[in-house]
Amino acid sequence: MIAFEAVSKTYAKGGHAALSEVSLSVKAGEVFGVIGASGAGKSTLIRLINGLEKPTGGRVVVDGDDVAALGVEGLRALRRRVGMIFQHFNLLSSKTVADNVAFPLKLAGRPAAEVKARTAELLERVGLSDHATKYPAQLSGGQKQRVGIARALATGPKVLLCDEATSALDPETTEQILDLVSNLNRELGLTIVLITHEMDVVRRVCDRVAVLEAGRVVESGAVEDVFLHPASDTARRFVREADGEPAADAMLAGRVVRLTFRGEATYKPVLGEVARATGVDYSILGGRIHRLRETPYGQLTLALTGGDVDAAIAHFQAKGVRVDHVVSGEGA
Amino acid sequence: MGNIDWSEIAQATLDTLTMLGGSMVLTVILGLPLGVILFLTGKGQMLANRAANGALSLLVNILRSVPFVILLIVMIPLTVALVGTSLGVPGAIPPLVVGAAPFFARLVETALREVDKGVIEASFAMGAKRRQVVLGALLPEAMPGIIAAATVTAIALVSYTAMAGVVGAGGLGDLAIRFGYQRFQTDVMVVTVVLLLVLVQVLQMVGDTVVRRVSHR
Repeated sequence: MIAFEAVSKTYAKGGHAALSEVSLSVKAGEVFGVIGASGAGKSTLIRLINGLEKPTGGRVVVDGDDVAALGVEGLRALRRRVGMIFQHFNLLSSKTVADNVAFPLKLAGRPAAEVKARTAELLERVGLSDHATKYPAQLSGGQKQRVGIARALATGPKVLLCDEATSALDPETTEQILDLVSNLNRELGLTIVLITHEMDVVRRVCDRVAVLEAGRVVESGAVEDVFLHPASDTARRFVREADGEPAADAMLAGRVVRLTFRGEATYKPVLGEVARATGVDYSILGGRIHRLRETPYGQLTLALTGGDVDAAIAHFQAKGVRVDHVVSGEGA
Repeated sequence: MGNIDWSEIAQATLDTLTMLGGSMVLTVILGLPLGVILFLTGKGQMLANRAANGALSLLVNILRSVPFVILLIVMIPLTVALVGTSLGVPGAIPPLVVGAAPFFARLVETALREVDKGVIEASFAMGAKRRQVVLGALLPEAMPGIIAAATVTAIALVSYTAMAGVVGAGGLGDLAIRFGYQRFQTDVMVVTVVLLLVLVQVLQMVGDTVVRRVSHR
């Protein structure tokens, strides 16, 4: 659906490279996350998809079109197929909720009757039918973002771009908006690209994720893999931020390992079983049990002492638990 | 109050209102597009053009720096060419417009700069053409600021009309100068000044009310 082919973006002023040689592809119907610190180039990346920014190198292909090669009308047509929501909502303060949602339809020159019917349908979908005649200033942050979503869906897009869409919201509202976004993905088959600096957002809704650092993709893959086994320092930092897990380098005696349980294994009493069978003692240094979208997972950092440590590790692996050896100082 | 000729005051009031109304309409017609162009050709905007912006900006600054009394006189040949006379109420309107339109244009430009850039970006992201962004998003979003600018401009025009007596345009200000000041008729002076004060007060109140009604921030 969306492909970045060695895309670079350098701003004329000072020659600062916002993105260098970024290649990634987003499949139709998936939720793709891009995580990075501020200034990593996320904002530029997402704006290349709907042509708000132009690449200085490489190609961005969206739904079969090379974005940079589109003319004015072609770009407008693309933008009707790619909706966008924003961190600060960017609603028109001078228009009512209904008129904000109707705006993209009016821009597209749709007949008045259709605009009216479609607007009512969209407000219903985001649960704001009762607020149609209010102005954005009268709404809460979560309601404003719902208006933004309804507006972005007005022209029936295939792709939804979320530009830090929950960063200005409180945790509870964030959850509601992320649920709504997930539902849209499932029910409408919408392809979603979201940029964020919060690993938690990625964990809750994304299928795949790319980690951006100083304009380069340093890691990408399925969320489970990046989240449970981050390979880059940047990804590790984001994972740690999401979990608030202390680095387990206050080392005790023994072998320090990290066990990763996924799916059903998460709920089985594997630890006690292995301890009894092999005579190994364990101290828990850190751990987390959570869900990645619908999949439960657990991750424990243990110090193993006494008994047959190698046999214990083999036993864990036989039970479908992934075992990683933690090098001192690497932390969790 | 023996000096006061009320019919003359009524005529003067009518002249002031005619000058104000006529010049205000033309000021908005000329100044609003000028302000929009000043904004759009500015740095980082959608029609950014340094040369065009610099030239327009210079023109506006020149017209704004000429004292209005001088403008009234310098413009006489142009005024005659435009309205056939340089005298009376019609003769006053072209210089009033030339004096006020650049002022209004600058205020409009400032009001447009206050519009959230995110809203403009969002409009483009929805597939708007430039014209649609300007007419459908930029101007409606800036409307409270533009109306406040029109109020300030109208009040500035009231004081400009007082000077239009130089070309025999009449009006309240002219009355105040000729009778109240030059002939020491203090009562005439007081009445005209009070009437001007009422006019300014009404303009400000109407302007504020309209701003409140169109503002939904």
